[in-house]
Amino acid sequence: MQHTLVVLVEDKPGVLNRVASLFRRRAFNIESLTVGHTESEGISRMTIVVDGDQVSVERLTSYLYKLVNVIQVDDLTGKPMVSRDLAMIKVSTNAENRAEIIQMADVFRARVVDVTASSLVIEVTGDEHKIDGLVEVLKPLGIIEMVRTGAVAMSRGCEALMNGRTYAPATAGECCLENYHTSYAAEMQGNG
Amino acid sequence: MNRTGAQIVWECLQREGVEIVFGYPGGANLPIYDAMLDYPVRHVLGRHEQSLVHMADGYARASGKVGVAMATSGPGATNLVTGIANAHMDSVPLVCITGQVPSRLIGYDAFQESDVTGITLPITKHNYLVTHASEIMPAIREAFYIARSGRPGPVLVDIAKDAQQASITDWKYDASPIRLPGYRPDLRPAPETVRNAAEMINSARRPLILAGHGILISGAMAEVRRLVETARVPVAMTLLGFGAVPATHPLNLGMMGMHGEAWVNTAIQEADLLLACGIRFDDRITGQLNSYAVHARKIHIDIDPSEINKNVKVDAGLVGDLKDILRQILPLIRPVDRAEWLARIQSVRANSAARDIQNHPENGRLHAAHVIHDLWRLTRGGATIVTDVGQHQMWAAQYCRIDTPHTWISSGGLGTMGFGLPAAIGAKLANPDREVWVIAGDGGFQMTQAELATAVQEGVKINVAIINNGYLGMVRQWQQFFYQGRYAATPLRNPDFVKIAEAHDLSGLRVTCRSEIEGAVRRAESIPHTVVIDFRVEPEDTVYPMVPAGADLHAMIRRPDPAGEPVTEA
Repeated sequence: MQHTLVVLVEDKPGVLNRVASLFRRRAFNIESLTVGHTESEGISRMTIVVDGDQVSVERLTSYLYKLVNVIQVDDLTGKPMVSRDLAMIKVSTNAENRAEIIQMADVFRARVVDVTASSLVIEVTGDEHKIDGLVEVLKPLGIIEMVRTGAVAMSRGCEALMNGRTYAPATAGECCLENYHTSYAAEMQGNG
Repeated sequence: MNRTGAQIVWECLQREGVEIVFGYPGGANLPIYDAMLDYPVRHVLGRHEQSLVHMADGYARASGKVGVAMATSGPGATNLVTGIANAHMDSVPLVCITGQVPSRLIGYDAFQESDVTGITLPITKHNYLVTHASEIMPAIREAFYIARSGRPGPVLVDIAKDAQQASITDWKYDASPIRLPGYRPDLRPAPETVRNAAEMINSARRPLILAGHGILISGAMAEVRRLVETARVPVAMTLLGFGAVPATHPLNLGMMGMHGEAWVNTAIQEADLLLACGIRFDDRITGQLNSYAVHARKIHIDIDPSEINKNVKVDAGLVGDLKDILRQILPLIRPVDRAEWLARIQSVRANSAARDIQNHPENGRLHAAHVIHDLWRLTRGGATIVTDVGQHQMWAAQYCRIDTPHTWISSGGLGTMGFGLPAAIGAKLANPDREVWVIAGDGGFQMTQAELATAVQEGVKINVAIINNGYLGMVRQWQQFFYQGRYAATPLRNPDFVKIAEAHDLSGLRVTCRSEIEGAVRRAESIPHTVVIDFRVEPEDTVYPMVPAGADLHAMIRRPDPAGEPVTEA
């Protein structure tokens, strides 16, 4: 089954290569991998969708932790989460079918972001299935180019991954950000 | 003070306590070599970069310190690969420093450019590409810290030539603690896991300790011994665990696995509890996993979380420093009478003794097992034994009874032929007063025999026992068992090893019968320089017992007893 992993890494050259190389070396298939900055300077966040059973994903997690630049790994599979893909789909159009295509895009809450006499670019955000659905209905009309980002994911609720640690308010509604920052600063005094 | 990048390299190595460096100069590390002359460090010039890493590896295993190897860019760096992979598999702390082409040329296929950080990514614990002089100090400090902490391993630092040449004004060494947010070598098990493990040990009737390299790395020898003696639990050893518990200890059963003792493998299969200490359940020790120790509950103590449940599913996994964990477990351990279990193991042992070649009548032939056993007896167990890889390695594992930690050095995980001679040079340099013997096959010896020249140039006195059977013996043995005796590419037409020694201004001896062994060993010990002994042993001898790859651990091919045929035990 598909697992969605969130991996916080140090933002350093070569880290993406280290992570990708690990998947190859340990014979895991990456369905999708996205990476970008986080709110903390120097920390990047990857969302990796990988196919595997629970045991092999646990193994994978412990291998990821062996990478010096990997700060935290969280398996969101089975937890309440929001997972989103973004796609841009270029469709060949003409005067007759343009309106129909735009209507279809509307149904999927997609947006038209580029129009020419003979083409449209549609931007759509959503989970994998929603995008697959839009692709299906556009296919007969002539998709000429398409790009997808792969999933980005985040857990629902107030628990969070910050600075490579789990931030969780002690009781609902209570803010413990200040305490979090104090203890984080203390921990970062060094581990040498 | 102003320092060039090259000087900073040596400043950092000095701070790390490095006294000896194994290296080879070239275009891209010339600045480092030029700066070296102003620092009090011993440099050992090898003859091939692979051997340099093996030397640093042998040095590290014998001394417990971090070994340091240096090479230039391109072919110098790629030649390191086998040595690094070997150290990675066997968790040996190394720092390898390579020169790289100037940073403006990186990526342009420059002369002697190779992407060594890319190449070594999966075989190092971590690596660094340094393109600015200011990054050299943090990279080297982190490299040493990572190499020696947690589960040790090799770390490579690749330094562009312009970074070596650049100067930093008012350079200062930064001795502050190292900050690596993603690196946690200090994990500890929860107290209830420890209590649970202790209870499992107390309630076991047929427990067995599996003792591995992690005991030596953690320095937990005394703790393991206390556990063995308090709980009366017998011990089985991995190849790299030798020395962790004295071989002559009455509760030490000997080696497990593919060429382990029959009674040890039988004990594993009959045990009701396995306590794995610093081992990684390699396929060479488990055989077929589905039938491995099916009656046993399993406790696994290791510092590397990714080893827990990797090959063998365990009932309790304790992640952390073995010594710390055993110190928590020991007070909870109750003495239990295990006489019945120990008697059962003894009964299997007697059967094996009858098959032992040492107990066969002399037939006038020179058997490798005799050479190695005699060598161990003649050196009174007081020598450091460094092996190569192959049949001789397994015979050495069976017949050299290692009592002292860090005096058995062998290439385990990677099984690197050519390891022995250079690793022995490193081990001798770590302990110059200790007698060092290399036991090598004729095949493996020839892979790195050029290092005899290194031994001469560095004035290193070691003794080399070549177990010369004219075959790549272990491969030949597999061909004998599993390929109908079709000896594809295993016979060797060898050079005259005595003359090879003499060509290096060293002494060469030849032994062709058992009565000559003692004289040759004594002569080798008395000669002040390196000696090579060519032991012309039985060409088609076989290592017994043997668990065929992927077979059940108890399905051993046994040595025929003097009268009979080989017996496969069900």
